[in-house]
Amino acid sequence: MMPSKDEWIKALNDRHGEDLQSKISSTTVGICGLGGLGSNIAIALARAGIGKLILIDFDKVDITNLHRQQYKASQVGMYKTEALRENLAEINPYLETEIQTVCVIEENAKELLKDCDIICEAFDNAECKAMLTNLVLEEMPEKYIVAASGMAGMGSANSIHTRKVTKRFYLCGDEISDASDGIGLVSSRVMLCAAHQAHMVLRLIANEFEV
Amino acid sequence: MVKINGEYVDVSGKTVLDYLTLAGYDSKRVAVELNGDIVPKSQYSEIVFKDDDNVEVVSFVGGG
Repeated sequence: MMPSKDEWIKALNDRHGEDLQSKISSTTVGICGLGGLGSNIAIALARAGIGKLILIDFDKVDITNLHRQQYKASQVGMYKTEALRENLAEINPYLETEIQTVCVIEENAKELLKDCDIICEAFDNAECKAMLTNLVLEEMPEKYIVAASGMAGMGSANSIHTRKVTKRFYLCGDEISDASDGIGLVSSRVMLCAAHQAHMVLRLIANEFEV
Repeated sequence: MVKINGEYVDVSGKTVLDYLTLAGYDSKRVAVELNGDIVPKSQYSEIVFKDDDNVEVVSFVGGG
């Protein structure tokens, strides 16, 4: 039986405490890229009762995504935004989501992300990662960016870390392992990196600014 | 000397772009902080490092 909204909120309050939960529930997070990082970040934040997620990706679910991204075989061919919204609604029916099925570029990023308190960079491409990070830090100085670099391959789980680069810029990953080298991305290690990003988001919401 | 990613490097007088090129970075894949502030991409060829600057270069790799 589907829990009511009151039951849902009470369950979260029981876990997180009312003070923290009210902060989580009033925060909007933008997730740029809904691949192995973004889809996992979204699920962690949806379960934690985040207020609103803005989900941005231009791409469709491909069979080659299923080894690490939070989609189902039945969703191959759907836009990732629509597929993820569907999956998140099954997990948390009271989550507010906004989907933007577009490619994030310098010209549209500021408008797309204007309502976000915190932005997760979850792209695949290194140049896109740098573009978004620079843009947020240069033009949206009131927002936080939690970015990722280096999570490919079979390296140790323990080499994935979170680093505070500047006051509003946090970086997760091993900062070395490139997806174009070796065997590419492995689900568990990408999930680790996504978990670092989602957890840093929750720490920022809890006013924990160190790593 | 300029402190870059924790190490002292003799690049006083060089621009950000000069340094990135010299050190083998792809300027399209980096974010550069100078004394705690982001260096706008448009100023890479204008801003000149000076002694005691504290610089952090984050170089992104692909995967996500």
